[in-house]
Amino acid sequence: MAVTGAVLVLFLIGHMLGNLKIFLGAESFNSYAEWLRTVGEPAVPGRALLTITEIGLVAAVVLHMWSAVSLARRARRARPVKYAARRRSQAGGYVVHTMRYGGVVILLFVIWHLLDLTFGTVNPKGFHATPYDRVVAGFDPSRWWVTAFYIAALVMVGLHLRHGMWSAFQTLGLANGRRRHLLRGFAAGFAAVLVLGFLSVPIAVMIGVVK
Amino acid sequence: MNLTLKVWRQNGPADSGRMVTYQVTDVSPDMSFLEMLDVLNERLILEGDDPVAFDHDCREGICGMCGMVINGVAHGEQRATTTCQLHMRHFEDGATITIEPWRAAPFPVVKDLVVDRSSFDRIIQAGGFISVPAGSAPDAHSVPVKKEDADDAFDAATCIGCGACVAACPNGSASLFTAAKITHLGLLPQGQPERDSRAVAMVEQMDLEGFGGCTNTGECTAVCPKGISLDVITQMNRDYLKAAK
Repeated sequence: MAVTGAVLVLFLIGHMLGNLKIFLGAESFNSYAEWLRTVGEPAVPGRALLTITEIGLVAAVVLHMWSAVSLARRARRARPVKYAARRRSQAGGYVVHTMRYGGVVILLFVIWHLLDLTFGTVNPKGFHATPYDRVVAGFDPSRWWVTAFYIAALVMVGLHLRHGMWSAFQTLGLANGRRRHLLRGFAAGFAAVLVLGFLSVPIAVMIGVVK
Repeated sequence: MNLTLKVWRQNGPADSGRMVTYQVTDVSPDMSFLEMLDVLNERLILEGDDPVAFDHDCREGICGMCGMVINGVAHGEQRATTTCQLHMRHFEDGATITIEPWRAAPFPVVKDLVVDRSSFDRIIQAGGFISVPAGSAPDAHSVPVKKEDADDAFDAATCIGCGACVAACPNGSASLFTAAKITHLGLLPQGQPERDSRAVAMVEQMDLEGFGGCTNTGECTAVCPKGISLDVITQMNRDYLKAAK
């Protein structure tokens, strides 16, 4: 969970920063998308680095889900008889109890997101439009329900990171004592910044700042 | 105080078990939770019923025998307190209290609220010891120990093995218990020769017993009557990863 999660967090950082290029205009955003496909040329064939990254990310997602499913199955086997009384969290953390269903929400979101903005299947402009046009059309105010789904899913991503980021350090044995408190604070701040960065694009399109 | 108790009754390991409701009257607020159960049991015996079976020994909060899930919380809501040291003044008159045994596959119910925690013993047998030439007691201070290490080892050693961490964990993990033992021995000079093999053997035995995996929820440390910190799990993970390399 920790290692694959760390790979995905690194991806999210790059993805969020890349998204912000939309505020520099259509030209900047589209050429950034083009650069992702041609980076390294001619030393490596076109799209080689992007394909390698994509394979790595798919592997990380699959292994992350496999870890989560096997943990959940072990947990179910470890407690065949459930408690009759509703158990209140004594640790005071509601976030940690959103990890499993939150992960499912995020998975559904990623599938929609790829169909929407990568393959263009469910995007009004389709696959052949420029990335900028696809984003602007996808978050059009008439498609408010898409934006609402994105916002809900991104909040879930934030909660996931809120627990996941310090938890990864804990799993790797790096979060003892005072350092854990610092890491928990850092995870909360970082998750908030990342989610706000991601949210800024659909919201900007919806209110007409980016058009 | 008058209370309504909903207690898990199970005649034996093979019985499927059920919740049974009892009324207990004239409970003194100064009674401990176990004394309140004693009152119920005395009445049940007089009426010719089978008393509610529960584990207890010292009733001073240091042996780790007593333990039940009270209103969904291991050892009840009072922090850092074993069930025997929980007093009835923390409950309201007329309250309904649900009492269940620890729920985990590696802790099979023996009868009513009594569970078999032999799985903990097997984790200890797998590596929770040090091999030293036995003989007369060594001189004090013959082996220097850093103050911080002595403190941390002692904090981990206060684990009484009651099993509340497993009962509270949403995953049914025994990580806090196992980690406390690994940390307690691993921080001291006497524990160094077997530090690596101990971490691996105890973690493997824990998994073998059918406990769940740790997802860092922190529920264990919140209910631990001895306040064992998550730091011990950090230490266990560190030792295990180092040994597994």
